[in-house]
Amino acid sequence: MALLEVANLGLSFSGLQVIQKLSFAVEQGTIASLIGPNGAGKTSVFNCLTGFYRPDSGRIDFNGHSVIRRKPHKITRAGMARTFQNLRLFKSMTVLENVKSGMHCRTSTGALGAVLQTGSQRREEALITSVSEECLAFVGLLEQKDRRADTLAYGDQRRVEWARALATKPKLLLLDEPAAGLNFDEKKELITLILRIRDELGITILLIEHDMGLVMKVSEMITVIDYGAKIAEGTAENVQNNPKVIEAYLGSEDGEDVL
Amino acid sequence: MAGSSRLTSVSDWLRPQQNRMIVLLVLAGVAMLIPLVVNNYVLEVLTNAWFYTILCLGLNIVVGYAGLLDLGYAAFFAVGAYTTGILTSKFGVNFWLTIPVAVSCSMLAGLIIGGPTLRLRSDYLAIVTLGFGEIVRIIARNLDITGGASGLIGIDRPSIFGLELSRGIHFYYVFLLLAILACFVSYRLQNSRLGRAWQYVREDEDAAEAMGIGRVAVKLYAYVIGAMFGGVAGCFFAVKMTAISPETFTFSQSVLILLGVVLGGMGKIPGVIIGAFALVLFPEVFRGLGSMRMLIFGIVMLVIMLYRPEGIWPQKQREM
Repeated sequence: MALLEVANLGLSFSGLQVIQKLSFAVEQGTIASLIGPNGAGKTSVFNCLTGFYRPDSGRIDFNGHSVIRRKPHKITRAGMARTFQNLRLFKSMTVLENVKSGMHCRTSTGALGAVLQTGSQRREEALITSVSEECLAFVGLLEQKDRRADTLAYGDQRRVEWARALATKPKLLLLDEPAAGLNFDEKKELITLILRIRDELGITILLIEHDMGLVMKVSEMITVIDYGAKIAEGTAENVQNNPKVIEAYLGSEDGEDVL
Repeated sequence: MAGSSRLTSVSDWLRPQQNRMIVLLVLAGVAMLIPLVVNNYVLEVLTNAWFYTILCLGLNIVVGYAGLLDLGYAAFFAVGAYTTGILTSKFGVNFWLTIPVAVSCSMLAGLIIGGPTLRLRSDYLAIVTLGFGEIVRIIARNLDITGGASGLIGIDRPSIFGLELSRGIHFYYVFLLLAILACFVSYRLQNSRLGRAWQYVREDEDAAEAMGIGRVAVKLYAYVIGAMFGGVAGCFFAVKMTAISPETFTFSQSVLILLGVVLGGMGKIPGVIIGAFALVLFPEVFRGLGSMRMLIFGIVMLVIMLYRPEGIWPQKQREM
């Protein structure tokens, strides 16, 4: 059975159908992509998957359990972590503190433990720190851990978000336009990082991306949507040669270039 | 600003743990010995300052740490004071036994008001808490058991190890100890998993949710712990005054406590203590000005807020 199974997903905002009867699956251990022209509803799909939007209909099964209409933090706890299209770091906190947030749902000490500083509380704090530092080391930011998050370069801030998501120990990582705003070298590093997350950490990845080069290079399975409905699905090669996709997606990219 | 840079250099010096401990020990020593050299009037004012320190630190957990605007904090303080007042004066319960009951009642009040309302975003929450504060006061005003508008009188003074707590100096030490306890608890909470969770939620609720932090639960925690501080302060307030009336717990009381938190610097323990002291000391120091003093108090606060919107205590400086 697939790690993530979406069936007949439907979402509308005041009568406007944003997602219609969308079905797709992400197999354990793969790197999958969700692509489509601007406004096709990609981020809306992410928001449904992670509980930020409440879909009107359909099924979302993750790791064998239904997660539809559950609270975002419960879905994260179930093992689905996300990054945001626009950076959503805790700006005035340090890089390390940002990453520690990911460990919150994997630990449990409450107020009493904090005040009394019990043995288990101190062990847990040490664990939170060490896991967070490991995640930072993984994305190559350990040296920056004590800096304020908003003083980092843009590309580095993105990596803090990644480390933060990794610290939740996810089974599935959802990346919302990870390459947006990155330069050529940073994109190359990004591809390496995506592959390392899958290969070294065994985390399944689903990404939304505009950068076709990146998508074609890393994805094993691509789902193309337009106007909230699936228009194609398959490997990079299949999708690239699909006339519907060329019409909907690649056509619009020419338009973007003109602008 | 010269004042600001001086304060910053003070905070620089305070960064090493060792220097901090020295300052804390000196301050604690001064606080312990001061009753021996001052008259009753000053002692009373300082007692009051420690009392407000506890309330401000409690509200600081809600406002400073979790970033929730609460305009009805006096309600929790009222629940604590009335619980102790009623149990001791009407049922003859030993004061020390009323503390757990009063604290549980104020925490319960925190749960009742927080449970349904913490889903709201900040502005709405502020209005609801304002309403809640007034509801508690009006209930106290109209029930028989709370003594109606005239309140409760003749609340017994407690005794400990055979010593009856009745003199000003006794209550000075009681409130000083409670204030130190409140600082300690605040400090431990601030640097914990829960303290960080409050900060995450304050900075970005959605990102915090995405990281697996249940924002409603985390806020409720802040609310209930804040209520607990208020409840404890209320218990001791009741026995210190031996009489309480609904007019102690008005909206302006809630605003005053909030003022202490904002004035000193939200989320910063030394700042909140300074805020509480400023709140109590300023009107006393300028008593000679008569009816002008509240006006001047207002102007001074305005100036502080204009030049130091983050509060009197300097912002934590971090390596860039």
